[in-house]
Amino acid sequence: MSVTMPPQHPVDDTTPTEGKNLTAASRAKKSLTSPWATAAAIIIAVAWTIPTVALFMTSLIPGDRYRTDAWWTVLMDGGLTFENFNQVLFDSFGDNSTAPPLIEYVFNSIVVTVPAVVFPVVLGLMAAYAFAWIPFRGSNFLFVLIFALQVVPLQLALIPLLRLLGPENLGLAGEFSGVWIAHTIFALPLSVFLLHNFVSNIPREVLEAARVDGASHTQMFFRIIIPLSLPAVASLAIFQFLWVWNDLLVSAVFGSANTYPLTYPISNLAGDYGQYAYLVPPAAFISMIIPLIVFFSLQRYFVRGLLAGSTKG
Amino acid sequence: MGSTEVLPESALRSATDLGPDFWASQGQNLLFGAIAIVAFIAIIAIVMFGADLIKGRARDKVQLVVLVAPVLVLLGVGLVYPAIDTTWLSFNEITNEPDPDTGIFTTTMQFVGLDNYRFAFSDPSTLRTILNTFVWMILVPLLSTGFGLAYAVFIDRAKGEKALKSLVFMPMAISLVGASVIWGNIMYDYNQVGEQTGMLNALRELVGLDPYNFLRDDPWNTFWLIVILVWIQTGFAMVILSAAIKGVPAEMNEAASLDGANAWQRFWRITVPSIRSTIVVVLTTITIMALKVYDIVRTVTQGRDNTDVVANRMYVLSFVEGREALGAALAVILFVFVIPVVIYNVRSLNKVKEAR
Repeated sequence: MSVTMPPQHPVDDTTPTEGKNLTAASRAKKSLTSPWATAAAIIIAVAWTIPTVALFMTSLIPGDRYRTDAWWTVLMDGGLTFENFNQVLFDSFGDNSTAPPLIEYVFNSIVVTVPAVVFPVVLGLMAAYAFAWIPFRGSNFLFVLIFALQVVPLQLALIPLLRLLGPENLGLAGEFSGVWIAHTIFALPLSVFLLHNFVSNIPREVLEAARVDGASHTQMFFRIIIPLSLPAVASLAIFQFLWVWNDLLVSAVFGSANTYPLTYPISNLAGDYGQYAYLVPPAAFISMIIPLIVFFSLQRYFVRGLLAGSTKG
Repeated sequence: MGSTEVLPESALRSATDLGPDFWASQGQNLLFGAIAIVAFIAIIAIVMFGADLIKGRARDKVQLVVLVAPVLVLLGVGLVYPAIDTTWLSFNEITNEPDPDTGIFTTTMQFVGLDNYRFAFSDPSTLRTILNTFVWMILVPLLSTGFGLAYAVFIDRAKGEKALKSLVFMPMAISLVGASVIWGNIMYDYNQVGEQTGMLNALRELVGLDPYNFLRDDPWNTFWLIVILVWIQTGFAMVILSAAIKGVPAEMNEAASLDGANAWQRFWRITVPSIRSTIVVVLTTITIMALKVYDIVRTVTQGRDNTDVVANRMYVLSFVEGREALGAALAVILFVFVIPVVIYNVRSLNKVKEAR
């Protein structure tokens, strides 16, 4: 999904996460900021952080105490253990002791995610270049249509697309390739729109100079568009990575037991309050490690992607 | 998939003894993924440079087709056609019955007009599902934007702003499933007897209140589920609004404070009007997000105790219960909720284009 932002260049140098330039005016303003506002900010920050910390602490409760003891109780008597991580990751994760270990789903998540990031980004950049710089009949109409498709709920396409990819037609449903195709299709509207915003802001002179030298569209794409678009590509790729990694719906509909990513078994076991419920928190925490690493190390690009005009869901 | 032998808990495996089967099948999958990426890029490069060999005027046209066609075909076949097909399906009834003469099961589609919609709006549980979705659609954007805007203003130019932002923004990186586990299994956990292990019920006990079963208390349980999405979306609203606030000229605030306006007045008279368009963007984006979310309900309550939403019911009807026509009708209802946003977006896109 996405909405038009006020025109803004995606690689605008004002990094919104930084507030370094303290001018006289802002210092004056800061001195006026009430202590109540500071207190409220701290309360919100703590309230927003506690749940994630609680998840980690709960992951460390031994299975036989999960039902009866809270994590702070176990923390006090020194009973916390990392054993649960070992068990879900390498032994078994599920509602019986023969369920496959989570490490299989970690690999599935990787195999699902990486191609599902590369495909829509590359195809989207190609189309974005054409829509931004090659005049052709119907260009404007098609671009507006693609833009509008961003807000169409996935749900509207699921049943027919599954039939199309299913055994009676392409036979790709349940395979990794089927999941990649579905993810690619659903990512394309955002990808085209976001990259178009960026590509259309490349200075006209740069492209015209190459055109005068007789460069074809292919040559312009490889020599000018790709190298100049890398910051936008990075933003989009991170976005798409987090989205696919965290996705449940597309994987549940188009995948199978051979392709299910981490979210699938966790979602299934989360509502089951049986004897294996203690495995759910460590599994959920494991599923967050990679996105959190990506997020904290590449936050700048992620924010730029958001500010370039869109988000999706 | 991997080995399935039963092991005593004392003999937990570690990464080194997962067995050759495991690494063979996972290695195969990884290799398949890598080959797919390489092949994909190779095909694109070959087709594009192949088109470069064409002489004369046709070259530009062929290259244009190469650039746009993949996206148009994929979207046409994978999104536009399916959307139309789903809409058509929603006006039909699918029956799978044995032929009276031969006994062979045959699937037939019969046009039934608005019957599916009539059912959706008259069946109490489906109607409740639609109403719940409506509540999500209203509350999630308002609460997320409200908290996000307040937080963005509070921490603007404060010491440690970057770190404070990261804390509230972090849930954006967490999957909805992960967030559902955090809240459903840990924050809202409720025990009928014994120590309260859920964070919120432990807090209630600390201040002397009775434990409360968050997820069973209809209709408030829908609100507790909404909190999960608000927890995630506040970071999004905060980051976007914070960037907009930084774009408000400092001189305006300065002039206002010289005129004696306090922080509260400056917020309502200067900050909010200056970033109004961004606030609208954030509200609409989160509205659409809230409509489509099915992960939370599926993970936390599976729709029990009147918490179901259209997106989850649509999934269950279409892919679990095999009532695809009714599922299609619910998908169309979701889309109808979104249509005003589509129109608004296309209008503002055209405005941006005219401004160029």
